[in-house]
Amino acid sequence: MKHNFNSYALITLAMILATVLTRFLPFLFFPAGKKTPKYITYLGNTLPYATIGLLVVYCLRGVSFTARPYGLPEALSIAVIAVLHIWKGNALLSIGGGTILYMTLIQTLFR
Amino acid sequence: MNNKHERIKALKYAFPKTIPVMAGYLVLGAAFGILMRVNGFGIFWALVWSIFVYAGSLQYLGITFFAAVVNPWYALFMSVMLNARHLFYGLSMVDQLKDAGKFRPYLIFSLTDETFSVLCSEQVPDHLPRHLVYFLIAALDHLYWIAGTLVGAMAGTMIRFDTAGMDFALTALFTVIFIDQWKSRNDHRAACIGVFSSVLCVLLFGKDVFIVPAMVMIISVITIGYWKKKDKEEQM
Repeated sequence: MKHNFNSYALITLAMILATVLTRFLPFLFFPAGKKTPKYITYLGNTLPYATIGLLVVYCLRGVSFTARPYGLPEALSIAVIAVLHIWKGNALLSIGGGTILYMTLIQTLFR
Repeated sequence: MNNKHERIKALKYAFPKTIPVMAGYLVLGAAFGILMRVNGFGIFWALVWSIFVYAGSLQYLGITFFAAVVNPWYALFMSVMLNARHLFYGLSMVDQLKDAGKFRPYLIFSLTDETFSVLCSEQVPDHLPRHLVYFLIAALDHLYWIAGTLVGAMAGTMIRFDTAGMDFALTALFTVIFIDQWKSRNDHRAACIGVFSSVLCVLLFGKDVFIVPAMVMIISVITIGYWKKKDKEEQM
């Protein structure tokens, strides 16, 4: 147990270090006191739009379109989220509706 | 300036912004707590991770680190690879957090996928203290994550309700933010580059390692766009 505690503590430290490193690095390179280079400002205006796209794909990376259920629960739920959101523009309604639909689909139809 | 009245107004403004994240974090946090409990790692480590690591997908991966008692250097390497996407959040927020003062270190530490996605499209009204609102959003999200973890680790397998698919709330959150961003701008090139590069890299490199190549691709295409724009401006 003692041996495990030390190993667990070291693994935990590694995980904390990795997170702090990746989150703080850009801010260390471009500190608050200095003028941010034009290029970085440009990145700040464009990257968020690309990053959210990356995150959507990241969430769906495990979905298989070649085996049953061919990504249907995901595709249907996202279609409903998009329609709800463009129609009503209420984030909570779109997210709640889409999530409940997805849960229902995978727990019943696509079990 | 920063009196009590103003702080309450900021909290009233910030809280509704965090509700979707609350739904996702309570469920995913609880699922994480349950997994830690079921694997025999207990409440202590679950809480330490949710407070100090505070990175959802890494914590799930971390369970496999503990289960196999991996070498810490291996854990460090894998964690950096999985977390590399956080570099993008930082690059995107360098200017936005410039004047955040005493809130800055915590805001940087707590920049998860979800907090970033809420903050990056957040337009705080002028009459509210902007960085206090940022801080409240970030801290509430963190609290939801810790609360979810605690509930999951304590309840363990007692939860009977079938929660399968509930984590889809986060996919839904990102989809909604994607649509909001799409509507707020006429130039959709960056959004398309993000989706296209990511899908291409999943197909080329596989779902487990696509993030870093996708990031390289996204930043390359955006940089080429920047050079072209600069050339144009210099010609004028």
